[in-house]
Amino acid sequence: MREPYRRSMSATTWWLSKRIYVLFMLRELTSVLIAAFLVVYLIQLAQLAQGAEAYTAFVERLASPGWIIFHLLVLIAALYHSITWFNLTPQVIILRRGEEQVPSIFIAGSHYVAWLAVSVVIVWVVVGN
Amino acid sequence: MPKSGEAFWWSLFSAGGMVAALLVPIHVLLSGIAAPLGWVSTEAFGNQMQALVSHPLTKIYLFVLFSLTFFHCVHRIRHVLYDTGLREYQTPIAVICYGAAVIGTVATIFVLLAI
Repeated sequence: MREPYRRSMSATTWWLSKRIYVLFMLRELTSVLIAAFLVVYLIQLAQLAQGAEAYTAFVERLASPGWIIFHLLVLIAALYHSITWFNLTPQVIILRRGEEQVPSIFIAGSHYVAWLAVSVVIVWVVVGN
Repeated sequence: MPKSGEAFWWSLFSAGGMVAALLVPIHVLLSGIAAPLGWVSTEAFGNQMQALVSHPLTKIYLFVLFSLTFFHCVHRIRHVLYDTGLREYQTPIAVICYGAAVIGTVATIFVLLAI
């Protein structure tokens, strides 16, 4: 006999019931920290309108422990977003070579390679020359 | 939200997700951690950023980075709000979320044009 369906989960906290739902919710909530970072970063860039010195003064203020902790949390969230995003790419991008489907490790792997390459280029452009 | 609009917002979400995945971590590391902590000379960093961001190509790059990532983020925030019990308020939530992304995008344009 089948048990009758009983709706026992809360509409607000259902995602706490399973580890995989918690991970899903954490992935979705990375967007809150990333958006908050963009706002702070935009304010940082806006200082450039007053010149490099105003910008430098603003960056120096970000050395306080509170801001460093904030940016560390953002970094963890951003990395979690990148990893979960790239790991999903094989489910979105299906490539075929002749009869065979390109293995998912190559699809996700190529994104990781691109990520590394782009990051190196940005460091080089900003700091290296 | 009409069903037909969802594809449009999803395409912005998807493009923004890729842009954020590829670009955001290194920007957080450089501007939020490395520069404030002096891993790179803060003064040299400021001068370099001034020269870089004055260039039109950098402004286009930053415009794409900020606007698409804003739309990506609000799309996720919108769905989190739906999925945590606010499904009755779909329309106001959509207006507030995408409105915030539009405001963020317009603010980005103003900042970039002022530099």
